[in-house]
Amino acid sequence: MTTVATKTSTAPELSRARSTSAWLHRHPSARLLGLLSLPGLWLVVAYLGSLAVMLIAAFWATNDFTGAVEHRTTLDNFRALVTQPVYRRVALRSLGVAALVTLVDTLIALPMAYYMAKVASPRVRRLLVVAVLTPLWASYLVKAYAWRVMFAKGGVVDWLLSPVGGHGPGFGLRATVITLSYLWLPFMVLPVFAGLERIPDALLEASADQGARPLRTFRSVVLPLLFPALLAGSIFTFSLSLGDYITVKIVGGASQLASNVIYDNITTGGNLPFASAAAFFPIIVMVGYLLAVRRAGALDDL
Amino acid sequence: MPSTAGRRLLVATMAVGLLVIYLPLAVVLVNSFNSSRTFSWPPRHFTTHWWSQAWGSAGARSALRVSIEAGLGATAIALVLGTMAAFAVSRYRWFGRDGVSLLLLLPIALPGIVTGIALNNAFRLVGVPFGLLTIIVGHSTFCIVLVYNNALARLRRMGSSLEEASADLGAGIWQTFRYVTFPMLRSALFAGGLLAFALSFDEIIVTTFTSAPGVQTLPLWIFANLFRPNQGPVVNVVAAVLVLLSIVPVWLAQRVSGEPVGARR
Repeated sequence: MTTVATKTSTAPELSRARSTSAWLHRHPSARLLGLLSLPGLWLVVAYLGSLAVMLIAAFWATNDFTGAVEHRTTLDNFRALVTQPVYRRVALRSLGVAALVTLVDTLIALPMAYYMAKVASPRVRRLLVVAVLTPLWASYLVKAYAWRVMFAKGGVVDWLLSPVGGHGPGFGLRATVITLSYLWLPFMVLPVFAGLERIPDALLEASADQGARPLRTFRSVVLPLLFPALLAGSIFTFSLSLGDYITVKIVGGASQLASNVIYDNITTGGNLPFASAAAFFPIIVMVGYLLAVRRAGALDDL
Repeated sequence: MPSTAGRRLLVATMAVGLLVIYLPLAVVLVNSFNSSRTFSWPPRHFTTHWWSQAWGSAGARSALRVSIEAGLGATAIALVLGTMAAFAVSRYRWFGRDGVSLLLLLPIALPGIVTGIALNNAFRLVGVPFGLLTIIVGHSTFCIVLVYNNALARLRRMGSSLEEASADLGAGIWQTFRYVTFPMLRSALFAGGLLAFALSFDEIIVTTFTSAPGVQTLPLWIFANLFRPNQGPVVNVVAAVLVLLSIVPVWLAQRVSGEPVGARR
């Protein structure tokens, strides 16, 4: 193999490459510095730098008449967010939607993952894993759009429910919760499936031998062991729901969630300081959630 | 093992679950052949008119090109930076090493809108004109972690003994990388790159804040045309194409690794 390498390079080029190589070989710290230079510049300087500037901007003011940003420190943005009831309602609604989506996904993912991990044969199991995962690759926007088609007046949902005299929920918060649950379901099925696969069948048999009925085994043996996996899945369902403003625009009718407040203040309002202050809400909730989950030991399950 | 009744219930849940997962995607496919402009169900007449109209849509075509360019650019940057970071973490001990994973995960863990407005604001401050370049920068920021995770897992699993053997036999560090490390790393980089491209191709939130008015990616184009009734049929076709295209990475990943895709994200 090495002969191929020496043939393709010309002599001066080769010697230069060799001397750099030898020098780098003698200086491991230079190698490390070289490896860290670009990723470090990109993520620490560019990314963390932009984040820091944005967070600082939350304490800036905007001129009431011109809308121009004024670089003086103030807590007005946060005061407005906390005291005005409309923002409190939007914040609570966002938390409610994120929690509800997490609950719905948990209730659907548990039986599906249980069937995949503990009932289906290995062949079927492989097929099912692929079947559940494949839609992950389909565009997020297309899936949200698909539900807009489903929920449209006279659309598929209305048509399906018409024989029993019902009709779909139409565009609104209910449609938003259903669509978000649909979008993030694989993110819950996957960790729960992995968690169930790790539970030895012997434990379930032992529980049955002791006279526990299946539901009792599920509640007293499976659920406690599965808890970290459920938390790991909930990180995705919860955080992705909390940060979403596209789905609610597509199927939510006139409903607003926390991220819409941020979005509208940037795009139509051009009010960066206020939007930055509003962005503190999802950041604080998510960091708090991650810390709580880490205490329960679920971060290792990701 | 659950009882017979319980087992039936599980089978039924699984079947209904899969049905609900695929029904909306199927509806999108069927609707692209629906002659009516409304979403009313069931469709009455079949037509391929919208497909030919979409084929000629200049907006959709240029958006597709921008998406591919942005995806390739972001994937290339993510491959280089993610591999470098993975080497630094797996092969060296240094202060701050434990923080790297968290730092790389941050752009994905935080809501996209936070990353989006942070970058938007920074580009404005520095004076970078918005366009394809800023989209690529934004996308690479959250794509790095996907390559990093795959490369790191592989580097840890293969250990450094082969690299040391190569050095002992007189190979320089470039030769060792080219003939020993890289071939073993290749499939992991492919998987990471595939995930990175897919994520970039699908991204809309960060893109919203890093693109210029004339430069639209496919998701941005769909979102802009979603609420225009006369563009509806063309959006249907583009959506149907994207649903069909989603099989490609699944197939590729199956062929390369033989593992179910997305198993590590």
